[in-house]
Amino acid sequence: MQLWLIPILPLAGFLINGLFGRRFSKAVVNVFAIGSVVLAFAWALKTLVALAPLNTPYTEHYFTWIQSGTFTLNWDFSVDRLTAVMLMIVTGIGSLIHIYSIGYMAHEHGPNHGGYYRFFAYLNLFMFFMLTLVLGANYLVLFVGWEGVGLCSYLLIGFYFDKKFATNAGNKAFIVNRIGDFGFSLAMFYMFRSFGSLDFGTVFKQAPGAPEAVLTTIGLLLLVGACGKSAQIPLYVWLPDAMAGPTPVSALIHAATMVTAGVYMCARSWPIYTHAPVALHAIAVIGVVTAFFAATIGMLQNDIKKVFAYSTVSQLGYMFVGVGVGAFSAGVYHLMTHAFFKALLFLGSGSVIHALGGEQDMRRMGGLREKIPWTFWTMMCAGVAIAGVPPFAGFYSKDAILLAANQSAPWIYWVGTITAGLTAFYVFRAIFMTFFGTYRGEAHHPHESPPVMLVPLVILALLSLVGGYLFKIPEFLAPLFPALEVHENFTLMAISTAAGLLGILVAYILYVASPGTADSIAGSFKGLYTLVYNKYFVDEVYDAAIVKPVVNGSRTVLWRGADAGLIDGLVNGAGTAARGVGSVLRRMQSGNIRSYATWVLLGSVLLIVFSVMLWGPLQ
Amino acid sequence: MSAIPISWFLALSAVLFALGVAGFLFRRNIVTVFMSIELMLNAVNLSFITFSYYFKKVDGHLFAFFVMVVAAAEAAVGLAIILTVFKNRATLNIDEVDSMKN
Repeated sequence: MQLWLIPILPLAGFLINGLFGRRFSKAVVNVFAIGSVVLAFAWALKTLVALAPLNTPYTEHYFTWIQSGTFTLNWDFSVDRLTAVMLMIVTGIGSLIHIYSIGYMAHEHGPNHGGYYRFFAYLNLFMFFMLTLVLGANYLVLFVGWEGVGLCSYLLIGFYFDKKFATNAGNKAFIVNRIGDFGFSLAMFYMFRSFGSLDFGTVFKQAPGAPEAVLTTIGLLLLVGACGKSAQIPLYVWLPDAMAGPTPVSALIHAATMVTAGVYMCARSWPIYTHAPVALHAIAVIGVVTAFFAATIGMLQNDIKKVFAYSTVSQLGYMFVGVGVGAFSAGVYHLMTHAFFKALLFLGSGSVIHALGGEQDMRRMGGLREKIPWTFWTMMCAGVAIAGVPPFAGFYSKDAILLAANQSAPWIYWVGTITAGLTAFYVFRAIFMTFFGTYRGEAHHPHESPPVMLVPLVILALLSLVGGYLFKIPEFLAPLFPALEVHENFTLMAISTAAGLLGILVAYILYVASPGTADSIAGSFKGLYTLVYNKYFVDEVYDAAIVKPVVNGSRTVLWRGADAGLIDGLVNGAGTAARGVGSVLRRMQSGNIRSYATWVLLGSVLLIVFSVMLWGPLQ
Repeated sequence: MSAIPISWFLALSAVLFALGVAGFLFRRNIVTVFMSIELMLNAVNLSFITFSYYFKKVDGHLFAFFVMVVAAAEAAVGLAIILTVFKNRATLNIDEVDSMKN
């Protein structure tokens, strides 16, 4: 079926634009960049239609990558129903965001006037690695994609590389992800040691028979990797800073696709996790804590993109809850609906930022409802979807997760429900602050975005509204994952829906009906407000506990001590010693012929004396 | 001649060689130094002849002739050098011929 074509097409786009893009006009760059991704989408669609109903995984073998003793690792691509869902999300949403980027980046030169083609080249490279990630039939090919998307994330966060905060944010993302990747690598080493293979099929076949301690260790190490990539506590800190990149990047990489790789990987590894209940429970706990924690931070952010960044962290926590309570398909379900509405929220906020000429602070927005109606209405669609208002997309997936969570541990359901209320509150707070009230900014003519940006918005809005109903992922994935009996429970469903509606209502009261109330409430809880407003000072704590000691340790011990002291000391010491010995020896070279003769005489005498001592006198 | 023990010849050779070394080390005049070298060579020649006589072998004589040839060649070259040095530096003091130093 030529699965390799799916990732190779964006790679070709990357190579063409990356190598020759500087000479191309924007139109030509668009043709290669958007064309390659749309073709990849079309080819993926054609392949999946041909492979339907895809009850068993379909694998293609390309070449043997590593052969060492009994260990063989092939470069294989494989498609099953989970991969099919991911392929559609990545290429579909990816195509829409590529198209949107034409409009968003139209006035963008970036540093050195090379920004336009560089942006699309990186975006295409990202698509290549992301598709490798989801198509890989073993952990190492997945890891190649995993690292590659991390690289593209770094490159695109630091897209404005002449801005210090952007390069810092890129470094932060890259370094924090290294911690997660370290866990992932260890998991692969341990997997190789225990199972002698990294192939999904081989590993999962042996997993049920393996000792639980081994599976728990592997599961927890994989979870470390997933926490890094999917921005979960304690490694979530890079994602909010990642908003330094252009907004389409935030939508594609840091909301819809790359950050869900951890969820995908955990769902993919379900045969390991189902036999390691401790690791599985750890996923759920980390997920629900992250969901709640990030939602509280999101409530008080003033930067529109930061709100959605924390929202992404929070929603990823939801997906982890779904996976962690054993409802793998519900986690993937939420992954898909979240891709719809969060990509839309980011693209919508990008449209707002575009309209206001770069303004991101919501305190200087307001009243934009009439000025950019299309953006407003599409963002409203995303808002009701994420808030879990029935019957829109978020309602289905959130409901599936929360019901499964209630069955596993009721406290997770209740925290999740509170988080749902907070989610509805902060999203509508952002929408109300942006679109309602009076305009508080200085930009002269807020203008609606061009159609090339609005069409993706509208498509995503439709998907956010009906996507949950159209694409019943749990039923589609039912043959893949272990069956989980979830009893429909209308009371619980009503409670979580009510929490969402309550959140919207509170946001309406505080920011539309009686603006100013929010500030007075903030004033009466000064301490708590300061704590949450400053993101619980997590960055500061990490800075003091990890970054500063590492920097200072490197500076004093490694640099001044080991490098300058020991290594330079050895090298310079060798030079000084040679010079010292030479300064003594050069005194022998007096230029006086009689002193040379004396040395010759002394040498001969010594030679004779030693010879006599060694071999005795001549006979 | 056979009454004289071999050690006397060797002792004379050693004394002559030591005189040559001492002259080489302690005299400053290049010509004297040159003569000291010749003295050392001839002291060695004497011990060669002595051993050759003692062991009844002709090798020592052969070596003595070689040494004479080399000494003659050395005298020719050495005297030429001494003449050139004197022409250029107007001195025969060996300590003043140190232009290779620094």
